Amino acid sequence: MEVDLEDNNLMENVLPPDEQEIDVELEAKEKKYLRGEGANLESLKDKKLKTQLASREKLYGKSAKAAAKIEKWLLPASAGYLETDGLEKTWRIKQTDIAKEVDILSSRNQYDIVLPDFGPYKLDFTASGRHMLAGGRKGHLALVDMLNMNLIREIHVRETVRDVAFLHNDQFFAAAQKKYAYIYGRDGTELHCLKERGPVARLRFLKNHFLLASVNKIGQLHYQDVTYGDMVASIRTGKGRTDVMEVNPHNGVVALGHSGGTVTMWKPTSQAPLVQMQCHPGPVSSVAFHPNGHLMATSGKERKVKIWDLRKFEEVQTIHGFHAKTLSFSQKGLLAAGTGSFVQVLGDSSGNYSRYMSHSMVKGYQVEKVMFRPYEDVLGIGHSMGWSSVLIPGSGEPNFDSWVANPFETSKQRREKEVHLLLDKLPPETIMLDPSKIGAMRPSRRKEKPTRGEIEAEKEVAIEAAKGVEMKKKTKGRNKPSKRTKKKKEMVENAKKTFPGEEQGNVAGKKRRIGDVDAAELPASLKRFARKN
Amino acid sequence: MRIKTISRSVDEFTRERSQDLQRVFHNFDPSLRPMEKAVEYQRALTAAKLEKIFARPFVGAMDGHRDGISCMAKNPNYLKGIFSASMDGDIRLWDIATRRTVCQFPGHQGAVRGLTVSTDGNVLVSCGIDSTVRLWNVPRPSLEDSDLSSEKSAEPSAVYVCKNALLAVDHQFEGELFATSGAQIDIWNHNRSQPVHSFKPGNDSVISVRFNPGEPDILAVSSNDRRMIIYDIRMSSAAREIRMQTKTNSIAWNPMEPMNFTGANEDGNCYSFDGRKNEEAKCVHKDHVSAVMDIDFSPTGREFVTGSYDRSVRIFPYNGGHSREIYHTKRMQRVFCVKYSSDATYVISGSDDTNLRLWKAKASEQLGVILPREQKKHEYNEAVKNRYKHLPEIKRIVRHRHLPKPIYKAIAESRAVNNAKKRKDDRRKASSAPGTIVTKPLRTRRIINEREVE
Repeated sequence: MEVDLEDNNLMENVLPPDEQEIDVELEAKEKKYLRGEGANLESLKDKKLKTQLASREKLYGKSAKAAAKIEKWLLPASAGYLETDGLEKTWRIKQTDIAKEVDILSSRNQYDIVLPDFGPYKLDFTASGRHMLAGGRKGHLALVDMLNMNLIREIHVRETVRDVAFLHNDQFFAAAQKKYAYIYGRDGTELHCLKERGPVARLRFLKNHFLLASVNKIGQLHYQDVTYGDMVASIRTGKGRTDVMEVNPHNGVVALGHSGGTVTMWKPTSQAPLVQMQCHPGPVSSVAFHPNGHLMATSGKERKVKIWDLRKFEEVQTIHGFHAKTLSFSQKGLLAAGTGSFVQVLGDSSGNYSRYMSHSMVKGYQVEKVMFRPYEDVLGIGHSMGWSSVLIPGSGEPNFDSWVANPFETSKQRREKEVHLLLDKLPPETIMLDPSKIGAMRPSRRKEKPTRGEIEAEKEVAIEAAKGVEMKKKTKGRNKPSKRTKKKKEMVENAKKTFPGEEQGNVAGKKRRIGDVDAAELPASLKRFARKN
Repeated sequence: MRIKTISRSVDEFTRERSQDLQRVFHNFDPSLRPMEKAVEYQRALTAAKLEKIFARPFVGAMDGHRDGISCMAKNPNYLKGIFSASMDGDIRLWDIATRRTVCQFPGHQGAVRGLTVSTDGNVLVSCGIDSTVRLWNVPRPSLEDSDLSSEKSAEPSAVYVCKNALLAVDHQFEGELFATSGAQIDIWNHNRSQPVHSFKPGNDSVISVRFNPGEPDILAVSSNDRRMIIYDIRMSSAAREIRMQTKTNSIAWNPMEPMNFTGANEDGNCYSFDGRKNEEAKCVHKDHVSAVMDIDFSPTGREFVTGSYDRSVRIFPYNGGHSREIYHTKRMQRVFCVKYSSDATYVISGSDDTNLRLWKAKASEQLGVILPREQKKHEYNEAVKNRYKHLPEIKRIVRHRHLPKPIYKAIAESRAVNNAKKRKDDRRKASSAPGTIVTKPLRTRRIINEREVE
């Protein structure tokens, strides 16, 4: 759809005041679409490049303006809200009150499914929010179509299920069972048994990279590419057993919470963690990431929930009062925390998280996992008696993009999307703390020559290595000790030798004439040839 | 209490009948798309690889001449046809779609050195070393002529004899005059058997002539004494002349910017000049290792194709110093003439091995009817590849061309020679007083002098 953009700089003085307000609003939205600062063209000396980049920057400005206008006028739905007049507090409003005020379609999203036999339930949603996977501790797996409340498939695996996760769409899911993790198809057939990982405690899927990440009971982190089954990385974290693992959706980094109170962040290409943060004095109970990747919420056993800024790695806010066993951020930035049989939802007003809504269930219903459903104002709660769903207005993104995640997907669209996802699959090397660094160029540095000290240090390391090497014991009379020592001496001499080009400047290759030698060094008969300075 | 929740009715978001299109909704918010830069980079990499997979530039060869091809001419009114002439006097009209000869024009004794068509497409003018200029009537292609096996042959409508061998000919744009060159430059009218005007630029022969497409009375010629001269035929002498270090084999005017012209030089470079300001070349296009024999601009004015003595055809951007594409085959020998087709899709090269070869201008282009979605996808691939083509992984793929060994070795050798020279010059400059040694840019170095004649 083409938006006709006219340069209305001249008309600004003549616009009525409410139009000017709209302009200010649009400018704020535009900033989001510009995705950062423009290039600094003043420092360029190449005129041709300068004009090309200037016209490119203009084009970006125009497209940001068009996108801002589309967001203001053309999006089909608007976000949910809950507003009270004065005396009423939003966190005292019960779900039953909401049910009376809201339309029928939404009220269908509030329910409790009671399954007392099969243990606390863990939940997972697909990216579009259409399908839900519920896994009970005692082995019950259920795949549900949330749009029609249709049970697609349920199986009972008859052993402990610790975690469940969808792969890239609803056709495949993974379950972490007693001894190994398994991958199932949509109709419940077991497709793969992932034996390499051992007994898995937590499973998460990185969508852009097609990597299934898991942490097992020994504290090892495994990354496996599910398109061809290769184990990309298995990392020994060295911090002991943990079952707190979350993925940062913004950059694909995996965060583990440990019993010492540290949160470490990992990427598959390195054996050492990217970041180690001391978050709590005691064990970390749960971790959650804001979708924009800048905020992280952690909760510890000392009954505090802390909000961290990941750009500066600083604490932004502490919320006292309850020990949150599970945390989850919604698409719009609301934070849900579940403790005991009580779920509290915190919303951010001007950067500060404060009580927004709450939901308390019957005492027997111990909350195991909370998770917001994407693109809906719904919070899914998995607890010891089954799972529930409650309405949290303002938590979901109202407008979906069909090319990113489509809750109304047909099977043909789903197949096409799978192919496009595979074509756009990112290699595991692209996981980094700041994903915007890809495509940026580093200023080329001229290869610096190693200093004398560095050369000598390297030499010493080589000598040590040569001295420490184990000699092979030869047979058939060839193993004489004199020969062995001779060989060892030869190796040490080789390590001490320098390469012909490596010596620093003046020393190598300078011819020394006899006259240059100091007179004191020369024997008496040659003293008359010493150079007189 | 005011409350609203998201509630989507299925009817609004799905199609009504199975014959409707599926509904698509957009939200351009960047927060919905994590890692979009990495995904874009991945798409650029895939696009670069796909472009290389689909790069099949050679379409076909037109076989029929019995001696090396000396010149070609394209008919401005008829897209499918091209005229070519060979060193034994054989002139043919080819149908590019079927790659067959439609009509032959026998008559010249000896090599035909120049070929041109009038702007209305009716008259073909040819000149050769037998000192004759022949005018032919171009046969109109008609629907009954589907019988391609019979090759027609035509008689010249006029034969004019001159004193010396003729080396080039060009027709005026939207006019009745054409110019031939040999020992001197003659301006002819179709009906007169003697030239209307004559210009004698010096004692050396004039090897190529080109009329300006924008100003029909302006003419650029290049002579054997290394000069490029611009004439206005309404005046009696030259307007401007540039003398370079080596001779220019061919000149072409930019059809979209008619004040600029580019000369294909004997030293392997092409020099683009602004016709109004000749002190320095606007751009030097360097990539050929041997003399550049012919040059032709694309009708878009954004690219030109050159054929060189080093058996390769290169396509350059109009303002870029290096070629964006090189075409070569084992069987293609010295390339003497090239033409860019009038729809900017094909490049035709005529070479010493008696073949005309048809190449695609964009090697990985999909020919034929393209659906709008395919077109958008191609444009997206092109744009995303251009955004990241400076990064090493993608640059390596995009830049990679297989070069024939002689050209590869010649480039390596010239690079070594130039580096050594540059190092010596830098040292000489560094060890002399600042300002005493001034390096002239390449744009001016090759020009010996230029003057404007009143």
